[in-house]
Amino acid sequence: MARFTPHTDDDIREMLEAVGVEALDDLFDDVAPKFEGSLDLPPVSSEYEALKDVAELAGRNVTGLPIFLGAGAYDRITPSAVSSITSRGEFLTSYTPYQPEISQGHLQAIFEFQSVISELTGLEVSNASVYDGSNAVAESALMTARLTKRDPKVAVSAGLNARYREVIETYGVEVVELPFDGTTDYSGVPDDVSGVFVQSPNYFGAVEDVGAASEAAHAVGALAVAVCDPIALAVLEAPGKLGADIAVGETQPLGMPLVFGGPYAGYMATHQKNVRQLPGRIAGETVDQDGRLAYVLTLRAREQDIRRARANSNICTNQALTALAATVYAALLGPEGLREVAGLSVSKAHYLAEKLGEAGFALRYPDAPFLWEFAVELPDAKKANEALLEAGIVGGLDLGDGAMLVAVTEKRTREELDAFVEVVADAV
Amino acid sequence: MSIPEGLQYAKSHEWVRVEDGVATVGITEHAQEELGDVVFVELPEKGASFSAGDTFGTIESVKAVSDLYAPVGGEVVEVNDALNDTPESVNEDPYGEGWIIRMQVSEEGEDLLSAGEYEKFLEEEG
Repeated sequence: MARFTPHTDDDIREMLEAVGVEALDDLFDDVAPKFEGSLDLPPVSSEYEALKDVAELAGRNVTGLPIFLGAGAYDRITPSAVSSITSRGEFLTSYTPYQPEISQGHLQAIFEFQSVISELTGLEVSNASVYDGSNAVAESALMTARLTKRDPKVAVSAGLNARYREVIETYGVEVVELPFDGTTDYSGVPDDVSGVFVQSPNYFGAVEDVGAASEAAHAVGALAVAVCDPIALAVLEAPGKLGADIAVGETQPLGMPLVFGGPYAGYMATHQKNVRQLPGRIAGETVDQDGRLAYVLTLRAREQDIRRARANSNICTNQALTALAATVYAALLGPEGLREVAGLSVSKAHYLAEKLGEAGFALRYPDAPFLWEFAVELPDAKKANEALLEAGIVGGLDLGDGAMLVAVTEKRTREELDAFVEVVADAV
Repeated sequence: MSIPEGLQYAKSHEWVRVEDGVATVGITEHAQEELGDVVFVELPEKGASFSAGDTFGTIESVKAVSDLYAPVGGEVVEVNDALNDTPESVNEDPYGEGWIIRMQVSEEGEDLLSAGEYEKFLEEEG
């Protein structure tokens, strides 16, 4: 049987008549008239010429430099196995797995991603991923409002990634600011907020007290949302075990290259009892009619494709490919590998901080317990970054107020770290 | 098709039984059959008030989500919490164990049908 049955001329005539037009072209009368003439474009290139032109453009990019810029996305080692699997056609170009009978592999991959996140966060359920960390943070803010039945209003501090906070505000959520001095002071949480955010490690790289934040939130009847780098969760206690109701974050550090800011994948996890308020897609494990293990998209009434007006969010998709990258990375490294990545990052960052200290550059928050990111006081961060780039190094984030936010990952070598200190000391 | 006498029926397929001013509400045999396996019932809070025709909750099956409409107006005095653990009661015993809410009636229903009228309505609809 033909897979595609086109309309016959009679079908077309009948439809045109029913609609009340003479010819097919009449249906496009409202559209701008077809352009007659020629566009001012250069002559067509052959495949070889086109590739040559693109290669020349790409050649102007500077790549392979050591990167000390973090602030939400980190230059980590991406094992070849990750792209080897994500570039498989079955994953690279597959569509949404709405038909479980032909998408078992894809669905199982999503289920494994959810399982990894669940394990790292210590929370029973996770969704199939959302666009990125900022999306996850904003969605969780709305989630706290739905769950507490309060107006969406959340307490944050300067410890929350500045761009995540912007997105929360874009979503129309009211934000109140808590005092911050390297870590956040959760003692004065207003009693009408629906949620309290605690990012750990925070924007300035320091570990925050998720337990204290959760207690402060619960004391006023609000929910605690922990925002955590998944690599950090290999060495920090799981937020779910410290009282967080929801955990969200960015999975880019799990095997995704920086690629100018995306595509990444955000994660969202929560307690089973909150599952119906979790936005986004969820893959579930079940049995088919013959009792065999099978995977499906489940709890779809939360999403727009079943219940548009009462959906939890406008999102009814996930970042399947990048989430798969995160899953492959996590599975390849395992708990021990992740701990190693974290451990290396911590010791290298502390080495750098020490060397910078010896060269006369103090930490902005000397008492804050940082992992692999810290703010160092520099008289002229802009000048320092220019000098660093000259020397073939991408410096940290110029905080614009006499300090630079520096991130050190497992990828950095002692030579790179020493060169960083030398160049900065010379420049400023 | 079971359509018990002594109950009144809404065209949106809810049934209602009023005793001493308290109305018990559920969905009909026909409705549960159309819906398929019920997996979740979103219940209102006790004390919530609804006018006749208002949406008081939703019922979710494996294939669809439907709104539940109050056949009469009043205040919710009891909800069938058991449905949180065994939503399938709605399929298995829609007129008994599968009841959904009880309301203190303050407003009469409009256009409610008797068992016979509902049966006829189903024939015409189908």
